[in-house]
Amino acid sequence: MIEIKDLHKSYKMGSNSLHVLKGINFTAEDGELVAIMGSSGSGKSTLLNILGMLDEADSGEYTLDNVPIKNLSETKAAQYRNKFLGFIFQSFNLINYKSAMENVALPLYYQKVGRKERQEKALNYLERVGLKEWATHLPNELSGGQKQRVAIARAMAAEPKVLLADEPTGALDSKTSYEVMDLIQKINDEGNTILVVTHEEDIAHMCKRIVHLRDGVIVEDKKVKQVRAAEYVQ
Amino acid sequence: MFDIERWQEIFDTIRKNKLRTFLTGLSVASGIFILVILLGFGQGMRNGIEQEFKQDASTSIWAWPGMTSKGYKGLNPGRRIRFVNENFETVSSMYEEDIEYESSRIFVRDITVNYGKEALIYGVQGVSTDFQFIENTAMLEGRFVNHLDELATGKVAIIGNKIKKDVFNEVDSPLGEMIDISGIPFKVIGVFREMREQEEERIYIPITTAQKVFNGGNRVNNMAYTLPPVENFDEAVAQAVAFKENLKSYLQQAHTVAPDDNGALEVWSAMEEAKRYYGLTGNIKLFFWFVGICTIIAGVVGVSNIMMIVVRERTREIGIRKALGAKPWSIIGMILHEAIFVTAISGFAGLIFSMGLLELVGPNIEVDYVLNPSVSFNVAFSTVIVLIVAGTLAGFVPAWRAARVQVIESLRDE
Repeated sequence: MIEIKDLHKSYKMGSNSLHVLKGINFTAEDGELVAIMGSSGSGKSTLLNILGMLDEADSGEYTLDNVPIKNLSETKAAQYRNKFLGFIFQSFNLINYKSAMENVALPLYYQKVGRKERQEKALNYLERVGLKEWATHLPNELSGGQKQRVAIARAMAAEPKVLLADEPTGALDSKTSYEVMDLIQKINDEGNTILVVTHEEDIAHMCKRIVHLRDGVIVEDKKVKQVRAAEYVQ
Repeated sequence: MFDIERWQEIFDTIRKNKLRTFLTGLSVASGIFILVILLGFGQGMRNGIEQEFKQDASTSIWAWPGMTSKGYKGLNPGRRIRFVNENFETVSSMYEEDIEYESSRIFVRDITVNYGKEALIYGVQGVSTDFQFIENTAMLEGRFVNHLDELATGKVAIIGNKIKKDVFNEVDSPLGEMIDISGIPFKVIGVFREMREQEEERIYIPITTAQKVFNGGNRVNNMAYTLPPVENFDEAVAQAVAFKENLKSYLQQAHTVAPDDNGALEVWSAMEEAKRYYGLTGNIKLFFWFVGICTIIAGVVGVSNIMMIVVRERTREIGIRKALGAKPWSIIGMILHEAIFVTAISGFAGLIFSMGLLELVGPNIEVDYVLNPSVSFNVAFSTVIVLIVAGTLAGFVPAWRAARVQVIESLRDE
């Protein structure tokens, strides 16, 4: 699904150049649930940006679902983002003047899906994350866990190939974190490929594979026995 | 462009920032308001000047004598020029085909006018039949001087409406009343009306009578002509200028005046004067446009500023949209749409308000040289175009900036 070969990225800051990614090789198969771990400055955000087509690598190859991602115009990148990727953020990033349903429907709007169909699909996804009754509520009327579930519904609404989650539990208490991870695991069970950036060990162990980044290189890449979040959720 | 979702978003953001949007709109609305009012007054001045020139026949040309300021052909400067009947008749026969109406005029001096026991202090002027058309004089009662009066040196007088009101207020009609000019009885046969009241303080008598009875001899004070009307304004001006030059050069030769001696005799053409004023109103109009556009620019800068803040405030939202697959042009469209919407709505408000004001107040304005200030459909249409262009300009820079928002940075900032 995802294939990365010898990825390099450096940022220029005046006369200095900061080499952030120093040759990353990484492959993720269809249906994998991968945790990307690393301390701040390890390059995990940069890697996520490149995976999310929000930034471009200096050198190396990136193939997503057999499509080479290179030299994209902004418009093309926007198209691919919409089609291939679903984003889940630490701070939820819902649009605060739109209802839960409208938020979920937004990626479909950019796919030029008709209004009726958009609302139907959005309701459907909200139901899957258990928030159908909250469809007309604004984000600030929802709890943190509910917001993240709306965000997950939104990420899935466009039926992307890969879900990219950037510290999805970073702003939540542990109980809600486990609820969210439970949801992510269930989505993964249905065969979706998911990448989770986190620095929490327990969250990482709820994935099927852990990749450790340090100073711009992968220092460890291991399969783990998945801890089911449902065990913690009553 | 018509997209319910986007309209909803615009209304949402406006609802969230009522005061800010209102103040921004106000600056645009006042810009348009000022522009339209200025243009309305520009038109008003034009109308007023047109009206002013309608008082006399617009093609009229007048000549009057003065005093020489230069020696010429052995004659000393300081010589007073006098026009005589012969001058007038020569011009009449020379330019018979060019002239529509013609009349000489004489100011009758050193006379006393009485009505019964009341002494009247009005000027008496001797004129010909055509003078009525040259001055565009409207008759309220009776008639003007006619050819028979002139031939018979009739003792008849035509008085202005003001004299009627002031002096003949005790009789039903002044027609048939007798007034006494230096001991000679004149019968009132007509009452005329003029635009300006001071021009109604005159008594007209036949020019022949004025010359014969009051020792005018063959002297005339003014020579006045009108030329046949021409549809095209520029042609009319050209015709007037040509006639004026001919008239002037003839009079200069007849009275041995140096061609460059401007004080010795003067020829005045209403058409030429009108052209000068028209040119002036044109310039005033340009100036008004300039001032108006400047105010609109100020308003537009305000809108641009506000949209800049809007973009800044919505950086995060724009980042989210981009992450979800919004194309750059969709972001630009969103911001532009709002900017154009705000400028258009407030601009239209200003337009309607100012046009309403002109419509209400305009017809009641009675000042010299300003008449019925109003804006035509074309002007209103141009301001609308100006508005839309302004809205686009106001929105474009902020929109461009919005499209360049970096997704990750915008989402990271808390």
